[in-house]
Amino acid sequence: MVSLAVDRPAPHAVSRQPRGARIDVAGVSHQFDVSGSPLQVLADIDLHLGPGEFVALLGPSGCGKSTLLRLVAGLEPATAGSLTHDGEAITRPDPSRIVVFQDPTLFPWRTVRDNVALGLQARGVLAKQAHRVDEALALVGLTEFATVHPHQLSGGMAQRVALARALVNDPSLLVLDEPLGKLDSLTRLTMQGELVALWQRAGFSALLVTHDVEEALFMAQRVIVLGPRPARIIAQFENDLPYPRHRGHPRLAELRHEALRLLGLDGSW
Amino acid sequence: MSAIPISHRERGPVFDDPEMQLLYGAGRYADDPVKPAKAIVRAPSARSASAFWWLGLLAALAWFAVGGLTLAWPNKVLGFSDWAYTDQFGIATIAVGTAIVLLAALGRRAGRIGRAIRPSGAWLLVLAIVVAAWEIGTAKLAWLPTPFFAPPQNLVEVYIEDWRRLGDSAWHSIVLLATGVAFGTVVGFVTGVTIGWSRIAGYWIHPVLRFLGPVPASALLPLAFFVFPSSHAAAVFLIALATFFPLTVLSWSGVAGVNKQYYDVARTLGASEWFLITRVAIPAALPQVFVGLFMGLGASFSVLVTAEMMGVKSGLGWYLTWAQGWASYANMYAALLVMAVICSSVVTLLFVLRDRVLSWQKGTVKW
Repeated sequence: MVSLAVDRPAPHAVSRQPRGARIDVAGVSHQFDVSGSPLQVLADIDLHLGPGEFVALLGPSGCGKSTLLRLVAGLEPATAGSLTHDGEAITRPDPSRIVVFQDPTLFPWRTVRDNVALGLQARGVLAKQAHRVDEALALVGLTEFATVHPHQLSGGMAQRVALARALVNDPSLLVLDEPLGKLDSLTRLTMQGELVALWQRAGFSALLVTHDVEEALFMAQRVIVLGPRPARIIAQFENDLPYPRHRGHPRLAELRHEALRLLGLDGSW
Repeated sequence: MSAIPISHRERGPVFDDPEMQLLYGAGRYADDPVKPAKAIVRAPSARSASAFWWLGLLAALAWFAVGGLTLAWPNKVLGFSDWAYTDQFGIATIAVGTAIVLLAALGRRAGRIGRAIRPSGAWLLVLAIVVAAWEIGTAKLAWLPTPFFAPPQNLVEVYIEDWRRLGDSAWHSIVLLATGVAFGTVVGFVTGVTIGWSRIAGYWIHPVLRFLGPVPASALLPLAFFVFPSSHAAAVFLIALATFFPLTVLSWSGVAGVNKQYYDVARTLGASEWFLITRVAIPAALPQVFVGLFMGLGASFSVLVTAEMMGVKSGLGWYLTWAQGWASYANMYAALLVMAVICSSVVTLLFVLRDRVLSWQKGTVKW
């Protein structure tokens, strides 16, 4: 699989501050040890994410997409290959690369505000930058829920808090691991639009994992299609539609058809 | 916003579903998204607060009856001098009845005390009946064999004449219990968190804990009494041990059972190992830790009393054996009652603390 040109600036990243991260994944393979025998989940992945670019990884469930994200985030070392962030090897998690998981995983013993403050507190800068917590809460529209505990929130609100908790750190890469996967479909559509708006405003690079074809096409500038395990890149295509996008656009339908064909679901079209 | 009819705009919360609220105005209408369930539970008693407290009046009458029969019905003479404090006991029960009548008459004006007592109306009534049966079965008819079953006025006598010794014993028990439980809690919590966190610590401590932990602490009494310099030190050790075991096991399982994603989240946000332990592992394990504390307290009560009965020369356990030695069973009952009050208060205190610390949990078990 030949990947696209690396240094091409993303269409929406030109004048933004701070610039998003450039992520290069080269020849990465990964395997797990499952009761003594190796289980290969990633095979020779090459992936390049330009500064400020929004890329979606699309693939069937259990193909290893989330594993790739864990490697990019630095939560696990890859078995083979190299991962770099702005040219530096990724060896451990770093607050410049924040993951938003499928479950909001808010800490239930902390209020919404304290959850959002987590990253600042962990790095010991909370006292100086407390105002950023309020800014992040305002950004996701949850200012009035600052003192509430997570069990009082709905799924969509909880995921917004998780988003605020990520954004407060001003990440240069936002890694989104099916962040909308467990939401009801209406909330999901709303939040797809919100996420894109946040990305446009803040200028980070975004790597989204999803198994929702429409979601990938609606949100991302480039969609990478992964095959079943061990995951390898079977296709990628660009979506040059300008933002804000419209779900009814005929070009989206075209791309969707193409994606489904690549995933072997042509018959359902 | 525009979807909300004008007439609804002034009314505050409009949507039952917080998501809807959010979609239509970023939570502007929510002052308190979820009301605690307490409010619902309280509602019936709040409504009945306006009605007259008939059950209270009934309970008061029952207490007057207890007083009347205590004072008017002569005690059965059993070849020794009459029970002392019979009149005082009778007057005390009438005082209880009067207090209940006052509460009923004041109605809403009784304020907080009234609100606290009112739901217990049925209990007050039943208590009066039980006390009456007790009084009749012992002092009035002597159905129950005398040295072993004392009438209520005999307990009054013990509390009035032996309060100094009883109070001193209670105080010694409390201090001993507090010392032992404090040591056991600190060591147990630290040990549990350590073996939950560190593989090496788990490798070495876990087998020892599994093998020696389930041994009842009281089985080590004879050993402890000659190993330790004083019986007091031995008792502190054993109480600490009894608290230690369940607390360690539950702190450990609490830490080991923390959702691994919490760590992933914290690590990607730049958390250090120390932060992961103190700000993620420990808070997440706290519900389990409190279960461990509850179990540990139960074990520590029994070790406390056993130790005081066997070797420590003070405390309520000692008082019990002392009373038994003199065949003064009224003293024994009096001490048991004090013990019940103390143990129950300690557990209540633990639950109050738990509710404060774990206020973020919903639907926790009430004590």
